[in-house]
Amino acid sequence: MSTVVDIVLLTLLAATGIALLRIRNLFAVVMLAGIYSLLSAGLFTVMDAVDVAFTEAAVGAGISTVLFLAALALAGHHENRPGHTPLLPLVVVGVTGLALVYGTVDMPGFGGADNPVHHHVADHYLEESPHEIGIPNVVTAVLASYRGYDTMGETTVVFAAAVAVMLLLAGRRRSRAAAGDDGEEGGAGHR
Amino acid sequence: MREEIIVRVGAKILTPFIIMFALYVHFHGDYSPGGGFQAGVILAAAFALLALVYGLGAVQRVLPPWFTRLCAALGVVIYGGVGVVTMLLGHNYLGYNALAHDPEHGQHYGILLVELGVLVTVFGVMASVFYLFAGRGRRDS
Repeated sequence: MSTVVDIVLLTLLAATGIALLRIRNLFAVVMLAGIYSLLSAGLFTVMDAVDVAFTEAAVGAGISTVLFLAALALAGHHENRPGHTPLLPLVVVGVTGLALVYGTVDMPGFGGADNPVHHHVADHYLEESPHEIGIPNVVTAVLASYRGYDTMGETTVVFAAAVAVMLLLAGRRRSRAAAGDDGEEGGAGHR
Repeated sequence: MREEIIVRVGAKILTPFIIMFALYVHFHGDYSPGGGFQAGVILAAAFALLALVYGLGAVQRVLPPWFTRLCAALGVVIYGGVGVVTMLLGHNYLGYNALAHDPEHGQHYGILLVELGVLVTVFGVMASVFYLFAGRGRRDS
């Protein structure tokens, strides 16, 4: 059953990807990108990674679609045809893809119980977290307790990214005032 | 979209449920999928929905941009502050066992608090970035 669901989801994912490449109307592209995220979330659910699926649905299909729409309101709805032939990028992407596929040949079988990745620290987390942490959701236990430093770093990264966006987008009004004083510096940062 | 009555009423009815769901995802994160990050995104999405339907100005009266910027920084302070508190209590940085007599309860409180920090930061960041994108065209015109 899950194989059928996998095949259907992956087929739809591929179809959405091809449509994304061919369509020039950016409004449709944004909507298709949201659908792509939703299909990915479905795939993650089939793989029992519900936390990841949840994040993908909320961020990929939710907030990013809204942000893309807001960006579209500024940038216009139509994408121009590129001036160069797509041959060289196609070769680069093809070679990279083949190299990645070749790389997977050496990897242990997908979902195998004795894969190295499942026996480094995962055994400890799964066996001891009910006693050490005492909460049923192991993902949360790993995320917030065993890997608390990592998550703090991630929170700081999110904050730093927001500061960067603010510096890029919110400096406009101030730079206009600054342009009156010394025009050179104020305008250079934005275009 | 501001004249569409179905959209307006629908958004108004849905918003409190979306906010409640965000809080559920956070406070129930110990037992079910989800946590601070997802909750923060859902909370920000509730206000983004309102802004899309009722306009940016109406939402910014409820949730001013300075507040979202404050949230973005405050969450990091909460997260780091939990670590400082556990250190002052004589344990390692972010050693949640210090927060209660029973280590399991300490872990519980610690996880809930740091996830709250994640929620506040992610909510603040998402809302701030949305405000920046949505407000930019308006200011230019």
